[in-house]
Amino acid sequence: MNILYLLIGFSILLALIFLAAFFWASKSGQNDDTYTPAVRMLFDDEVQEKIEDIKSDEDHV
Amino acid sequence: MIIEKNIAQETQCYHCGDDLPNTPYMVDSKSFCCLGCKGVYQLLSNHNLGNYYAYNDVPGQTQKNKASHFEYLDEAAIAANLVDYTDEKVSVITLYIPAIHCSSCIWLLEHLHQINPAVIQSRIDFLKKQVVITFKNQELSLRKLIEILASIGYEPLISLQDVVKKQKSDHSEGHLIRKIAVAGFCFGNVMLLSFPDYFGLSALEQEFRTFFGWLNLAFALPVVFYSGRDYFISAWNNLKNGILNLDFPLALGIAVMFIRSIVEIVGNTGAGFVDTLCGLVFFLLIGKWMQQHTYHHLSFERDYRSYFPVAVTLIEGEKERPLPLNELKVGNRILIRSNEIIPADAILLKGEAEMDFSFVTGESLPVKKVLGEVVYAGGRQLKGAIELEVVKPVSQSYLTQLWNNEAFFGDKTMIRTFADRASKYFSIVLLSIAMGAAAYWMLHDDPSKAVASFTAVLIIACPCALALSSPFTLSAVLSIFDKNKFYLKNTAVVEELARINTFVFDKTGTITNPENTGFTFEGHITAEEKQWVNDLARNSGHPLSRELVKWLNRPAKYTAVKYMEKVGRGISGMINGNELKLGSASFLGLKMKSPTQGAAVHIIINNRYLGFFCSKQQWRSGFKDLIFKLGKDADLHLLSGDQDQDKQTLIPFFPRAQQMHFAQSPQNKLDYIHNLQQSGRKVLMFGDGLNDAGALKQSDLGIAVTDNINNFSPGCDAILDGASFQKIPMFIKQAKDAVKVIHISFGISLTYNAIGLYFAVQGMLSPLIAAVLMPISTITIILFTSIAVRLYAKKNQLL
Repeated sequence: MNILYLLIGFSILLALIFLAAFFWASKSGQNDDTYTPAVRMLFDDEVQEKIEDIKSDEDHV
Repeated sequence: MIIEKNIAQETQCYHCGDDLPNTPYMVDSKSFCCLGCKGVYQLLSNHNLGNYYAYNDVPGQTQKNKASHFEYLDEAAIAANLVDYTDEKVSVITLYIPAIHCSSCIWLLEHLHQINPAVIQSRIDFLKKQVVITFKNQELSLRKLIEILASIGYEPLISLQDVVKKQKSDHSEGHLIRKIAVAGFCFGNVMLLSFPDYFGLSALEQEFRTFFGWLNLAFALPVVFYSGRDYFISAWNNLKNGILNLDFPLALGIAVMFIRSIVEIVGNTGAGFVDTLCGLVFFLLIGKWMQQHTYHHLSFERDYRSYFPVAVTLIEGEKERPLPLNELKVGNRILIRSNEIIPADAILLKGEAEMDFSFVTGESLPVKKVLGEVVYAGGRQLKGAIELEVVKPVSQSYLTQLWNNEAFFGDKTMIRTFADRASKYFSIVLLSIAMGAAAYWMLHDDPSKAVASFTAVLIIACPCALALSSPFTLSAVLSIFDKNKFYLKNTAVVEELARINTFVFDKTGTITNPENTGFTFEGHITAEEKQWVNDLARNSGHPLSRELVKWLNRPAKYTAVKYMEKVGRGISGMINGNELKLGSASFLGLKMKSPTQGAAVHIIINNRYLGFFCSKQQWRSGFKDLIFKLGKDADLHLLSGDQDQDKQTLIPFFPRAQQMHFAQSPQNKLDYIHNLQQSGRKVLMFGDGLNDAGALKQSDLGIAVTDNINNFSPGCDAILDGASFQKIPMFIKQAKDAVKVIHISFGISLTYNAIGLYFAVQGMLSPLIAAVLMPISTITIILFTSIAVRLYAKKNQLL
């Protein structure tokens, strides 16, 4: 049963790592803006030639 | 589908979606309503930023009324105040851009580097409508950067107050979240470690009991000393001032739980109350977080400084230079260009002044000023450039001296919430029960039970559910109001709203709708003739013409030829072969009296007089109904800055004539509210302009009514979108119901407390009972308040 001491130690260590990760995220401002990144990831990187693609997409509807 | 779409595009500006004029501006077979919109489109397509139009249809804002000057940004002192960070190479600046409204805005503003490579990075915070720009300051000056933004239609709002505001941007929210994270982390682990004890350990497992106990204690340390610290500080500060607030029994409960857990675990006499302690702090902090809800895009603290420009153009002999506003002195000659704001009371020396005082009074019709006349601060010049001589310092002007009034110093007296008042009695009763139980067991010669019962009472009666009932109820109300476009500064405002018994209204812009002037036609006119009037008036920029076109509300059919406009007097032209003249009686050579109310637009078609359109102010929709409902159990007053020409039409709404006051200065309004309060009334003020700012501040609850919540609104406790104006009685009913919900949930949590106390006074409270009772009561309260508030909102037609 002594293995429990080790297991509990590990489980708390793991939880502490998650807590530290949350602190880091909070400090580095990742929770400040919860809306814009969701929109930003939908933008296409390439600008040239894309205009035509998107316009023609709309016409398929 | 395709055909429909093309038609839609042909009648709308490709950039901003406004109706097209008869001769639209064309580029690349796309049509634009004005040169500004066309310019933005050309600029964007030259820099391969055409995607802007792909993500949304007509993403732009109209460019018709834009003319801003940013010379003042070249002044090092001003620029230094605005930037967040600067070194030899790069500068970082945070700008507030009200025009941000869709995903195209995000896309375009984050691709600024394609317009000017000196921009290293630009990041948008959409909800706050802010953009953080990092740029190479050697290659791009601040002024140039702002001018680029303005040229693509995203002019930032730069004002003195925003400069000040930035320095005290708060980090408290981040702190609270971290405290919640720590409390939640400890709560979860402690629960895990406490469970074995509750379910019973076999003899083999007994050796873990001490180990788990010590681990629990270790988890309790950060909860008490980091997460729960604020409760001790607040309780202590309040105690020093002789106030018993809800934080006192909370802090006492936390402290007693912690100490008793140490004693039990160290002395190996029990499991302690660590799980209850962690859960308590965790739930309490969540309640606090709910209460801290803020609207990032709204500001409730604005005064004239956030409306006035940062700098003004000073004329020194032949030279012009920008001067920071706080250095402006009496006797300075200043140049005000079209669309700029007069920052201080000044005498008009040169030029034609036509001022828009809508931000000050709410009145949208422009006012003309003649040479030598004093122009009050706060007006926006509509025509060309004018020269003025300052006669009063900025802070002493007719309008701005209002802010020297004592009402603006110090905070508004704290709103006394129900929880504040109830907690005083709660603490006293709690302490006496604890003492009574201890005394009883002492008399029966059982000191150990005396200590046990004393501490148990303080633990079990710790008013967790009580402390949560207000925040959860009120934040639910806030989110319901939010859906109905009524934005409150904080949760305490809801309780204040429930107590109001006197309503004071401003007239222009508050109960009248500045966007919506109505017309009546005196005489006879056919539909076809109305069409001609519409097509002629469409060409004019005069506010009356614009209102008339809006009111006639029909698409353009004919093109006007031989169009002529005598500014401020009338217009003429040929429509479909007919000769039309619209304008004032003198312009048309008519000899007649003008109507008593409003302005008249006379019509002559083919030399035949048809009659005149008479403009009249329109009350906001639902105003009659609103007054009727509110008047049933509250006093109504009217304070207007205008003359009393509308008095007769208002008498049906405000039956007691002594409660209507006209020609009131901003100071008069403030004093009037103060007098009402002196006679023991709880006053709610509805206002919209800067001239109401004093009254809004002085009143128990100031509500700013606005048609565009992103526009300027004076400092207030709540902002109401004009579209929801008729819902005011429902809001008040909802606030009263919310207070009812709080009372009921207080009752519920007191019942739970009574059950716990039954065990506690007998000295037989086990950690298990505490660990079950605390979360159950908390969850009951959270469920009850959120469901009850929503049911009431349904009943009040707010959901």
